[in-house]
Amino acid sequence: MNLTLKIWRQKDASAKGQMVDYKVNDISEHMSFLEMMDVLNEQLVNSGEEPVAFDHDCREGICGMCSLYINGEAHGPDRGITTCQLHMRMFKDGDTITIEPFRAAAFPVIKDLVVDRMAFERIQQAGGYISVNTSGNTQDANSLPISKHAADEAMDAATCIGCGACVATCKNSSAMLFVGAKVSQYALLPQGQVEAADRVKNMVAQMDLEGFGNCTNTGACEVECPKGISLDNIARMNRELMKASI
Amino acid sequence: MATLDSKVPKGPIKDKWTDYKNKINLVNPANKRHIDIIVVGTGLAGGSAAATLAELGYNVKAFAYQDSPRRAHSIAAQGGINAAKNYQGDGDSTYRLFYDTVKGGDYRSREANVYRLAEVSANIIDQCVAQGVPFARDYGGLLDNRSFGGVLVSRTFYAKGQTGQQLLLGAYSAMNRQIARGKIEMFNRHEMLDVVKVDGKARGIIARNLITGEIERHSAHAVVVATGGYGNVYFLSTNAMGSNVTAAWKIHKKGAYFANPCYTQIHPTCIPRSGDYQSKLTLMSESLRNDGRIWVPKSLEDVKAIREGRKKPTDLSEDERDYYLERRYPAFGNLVPRDVASRAAKERCDAGYGVNATGEAVYLDFAAAIERYGKEQAKIHNIENASDAKIYELGQAIVEAKYGNLFQMYEKIVDQNPYKTPMMIYPAVHYTMGGVWVDYNLMTTVPGLYCIGEANFSDHGANRLGASALMQGLADGYFVLPYTIGDYLADDIRTGKIPTDTKEFDEAEKEVKAKIDFFVTNKGTKSVDYFHKKLGKVMWDKCGMSRNEKGLKEAMAEIKTIREEFWKEVSVPGTANEMNPELEKAGRVADFLELGELFAKDALTREESCGGHFREESAELDGPQKGEAKRNDKDFAFVSAWEYKGEPADAVLHKEELEFKDIELKQRSYK
Ligand SMILES: Cc1cc2nc3c(=O)[nH]c(=O)nc-3n(C[C@H](O)[C@H](O)[C@H](O)COP(=O)(O)OP(=O)(O)OC[C@H]3O[C@@H](n4cnc5c(N)ncnc54)[C@H](O)[C@@H]3O)c2cc1C
Ligand code: SF4
Ligand code: FES
Repeated sequence: MNLTLKIWRQKDASAKGQMVDYKVNDISEHMSFLEMMDVLNEQLVNSGEEPVAFDHDCREGICGMCSLYINGEAHGPDRGITTCQLHMRMFKDGDTITIEPFRAAAFPVIKDLVVDRMAFERIQQAGGYISVNTSGNTQDANSLPISKHAADEAMDAATCIGCGACVATCKNSSAMLFVGAKVSQYALLPQGQVEAADRVKNMVAQMDLEGFGNCTNTGACEVECPKGISLDNIARMNRELMKASI
Repeated sequence: MATLDSKVPKGPIKDKWTDYKNKINLVNPANKRHIDIIVVGTGLAGGSAAATLAELGYNVKAFAYQDSPRRAHSIAAQGGINAAKNYQGDGDSTYRLFYDTVKGGDYRSREANVYRLAEVSANIIDQCVAQGVPFARDYGGLLDNRSFGGVLVSRTFYAKGQTGQQLLLGAYSAMNRQIARGKIEMFNRHEMLDVVKVDGKARGIIARNLITGEIERHSAHAVVVATGGYGNVYFLSTNAMGSNVTAAWKIHKKGAYFANPCYTQIHPTCIPRSGDYQSKLTLMSESLRNDGRIWVPKSLEDVKAIREGRKKPTDLSEDERDYYLERRYPAFGNLVPRDVASRAAKERCDAGYGVNATGEAVYLDFAAAIERYGKEQAKIHNIENASDAKIYELGQAIVEAKYGNLFQMYEKIVDQNPYKTPMMIYPAVHYTMGGVWVDYNLMTTVPGLYCIGEANFSDHGANRLGASALMQGLADGYFVLPYTIGDYLADDIRTGKIPTDTKEFDEAEKEVKAKIDFFVTNKGTKSVDYFHKKLGKVMWDKCGMSRNEKGLKEAMAEIKTIREEFWKEVSVPGTANEMNPELEKAGRVADFLELGELFAKDALTREESCGGHFREESAELDGPQKGEAKRNDKDFAFVSAWEYKGEPADAVLHKEELEFKDIELKQRSYK
């Protein structure tokens, strides 16, 4: 198929960006979206132009590196996947595709489609861990049975890949789904109880400091989240926060 | 020829590690504050090492090319992690894990290292659970296990199909705690481009800030390289796009020997290639082989009909299918080790039985498992005379619970529903057993320079068993390196900060800058990918699943030619002082182009078949093992450690003889 791409180009963080049009031809429906971007970039390199910078690494939906806001949707039109898992069979010949970076005040653009997600790092550093040193004489793993239900629920929360699609999708640029997922993972496990109160307070305080917006329960984040992180995690975080404040 | 000192402690294998720990030098807590350690790479190996070293009190500087440690390629590991816990009571033990790993590696690994790995494996699970890693559990709340290829016990711990992700997030959380305390300084989006040696010791690195392009100097008392494997030398592999050999290769050029580069693991269960635009290959976890049966049609007519779309695989009766692994290896069936399964698939496809348009695909079929589980469930739920549809529904639910995310991933890529029609799979490059040579302390041949995780060569011999890489990465980082590095650093407590304004740093930086300047000013005509793909094709065709003398010699010559063309014709747009992904790729491909030639040379030198390295000249000619790989212990029971001497073809071979005192050398038989 032949496509027109409208892509955000921005030289660096301080430059003013703009949308630029490109054409790509003979795109196979079996290609992944990023392979289509590779074709474009190869074309640009061969004509001596600068290729479009975008983040990616694993290309199998797990590292959380890829981003892209495609036709107005984080990770594009398909559901339950990341941009790198999006395939061209979702598009048709003659389509015009708009490709922008994830936009949020807390995610400044570094170059073209690459954004800075260090705010997520700082939130995790504020409390996204259990304080246990490596010693080699931690208690035997099976001495602490955990119900399958709790373990499975913790696992569901823990599958967040830290991509930031929830933030990019939210009209308030709220990071509640991301933070809620991490708080929930530990809140659901006995190991996480000791530090539960401090953890949720510190992570939420850092989130506010980073300039993410408030949650107004629109639920858009859950829809676009590639890993199906559910809104229950936000509710659980709010409960944890309440508990911690009394 | 120089002999390598592996520094394996004396004494019985069971006591080596304990005795060693009792006797080594320690650094007292107050002195650790005066010691800096650089850790390059923050995957399972580097991440766990950085966190543990910081907990101990050292000042750690950690580097990764991604924007967060959480994105290292370890995140992609699906299936699980081994540990000799014997929670299932099925006869597992430290010795058995040790034995399986040495045998699985086709007797080309160092016994003492492997034993230590098996010994600390149980600690890893305890540590990870304490960190909040949500491993799968059974209804009694205890940890669940699955079995993996090449072994007869269930010792693999897992977190759905995302074990690597959860383990890495555990190590990442431990790192975050230390970053918050200021004990780890994290350098995301930084790439190490060289190591700096002072008086023969590793004392720092040169790194490029990938956002600004700035070249930076960082000093430390020791440097740890944990930068993962080099499978991307094949262009197409299951590795992440950025996975590279650069750090490992740069230290090789500065004196670290490179061991067994030709030992590559080609994983049997990957999604087949679909076209020339393909940028990477996707693994389908090996755990699928627990329930999936591998087959191709028995007759070439059926193959033709399937390729032309006249028949569907589900149209073929049991009699018309060749379950070739079950046929050839009745004892292990679909669970033979990876190298054996991959070669068997290639054998069938080379004979014309491949089931897709490219002729490079075999089936992985879940119909039997769905039926078996369905019947089991019907019994459990007391459903009498359950209809086929009901059985199917019940069985599908179990298969979905076990492998749901993998099935979904497959469907998104291939656009076929694997519950309804068998998956198509084909082998792909997945893991590199070879890597930087290290001694028992995980130190390279350069003092103060360590190498851990997939980047080193140490524990997997010529073939790695499933679920053992995660184990090794975390063993190295949490439990081995933090001890062994102390022994070395004990001499550095009075050294003081290492200055970076010295001639050694000047020179290293100059060299790095010159290369970058070359790339951005060279007015070539071809993209970096052009060369990478060309290299990949030579590697796959001539250094792939089976190798021979003629092909390997050609490969060496061809790679050299591609390299020469690269240095003339490569074109890198943009400048040095900005984010420039093409420039990053150029540097990585330049190193692959050197490694590739050494790889072929190593494969040429090893005139035997062992593990993932299959030399056509060395196969059993008759008897029950006819056609199987033939190892030659008399002449080749050694590690090939290569010393850099300018051109890759001029590398000098040093042999570390392998001694097997605790395991008898046998032909691996999975029949
Ligand atoms: C798809 C897939 C599935 C797998 N499944 C399993 C499994 O189920 N069980 C199992 O045991 N093993 C599995 N493996 C193998 C295992 O995941 C890897 O061997 C292991 O995770 C490697 O860990 P590592 O820490 O050595 O390196 P990596 O995780 O690859 O980390 C490398 C680190 O080095 C950094 N880096 C690289 N180069 C540079 C540079 N020049 N400068 C600065 N930083 C650099 C990167 O940023 C990264 O942080 C799988 C592998 C793949 C590809
Ligand atoms: S919650 Fe979902 S969308 Fe948000 S960062 Fe995690 S995986 Fe991405
Ligand atoms: S590139 Fe890793 S999730 Fe998309």
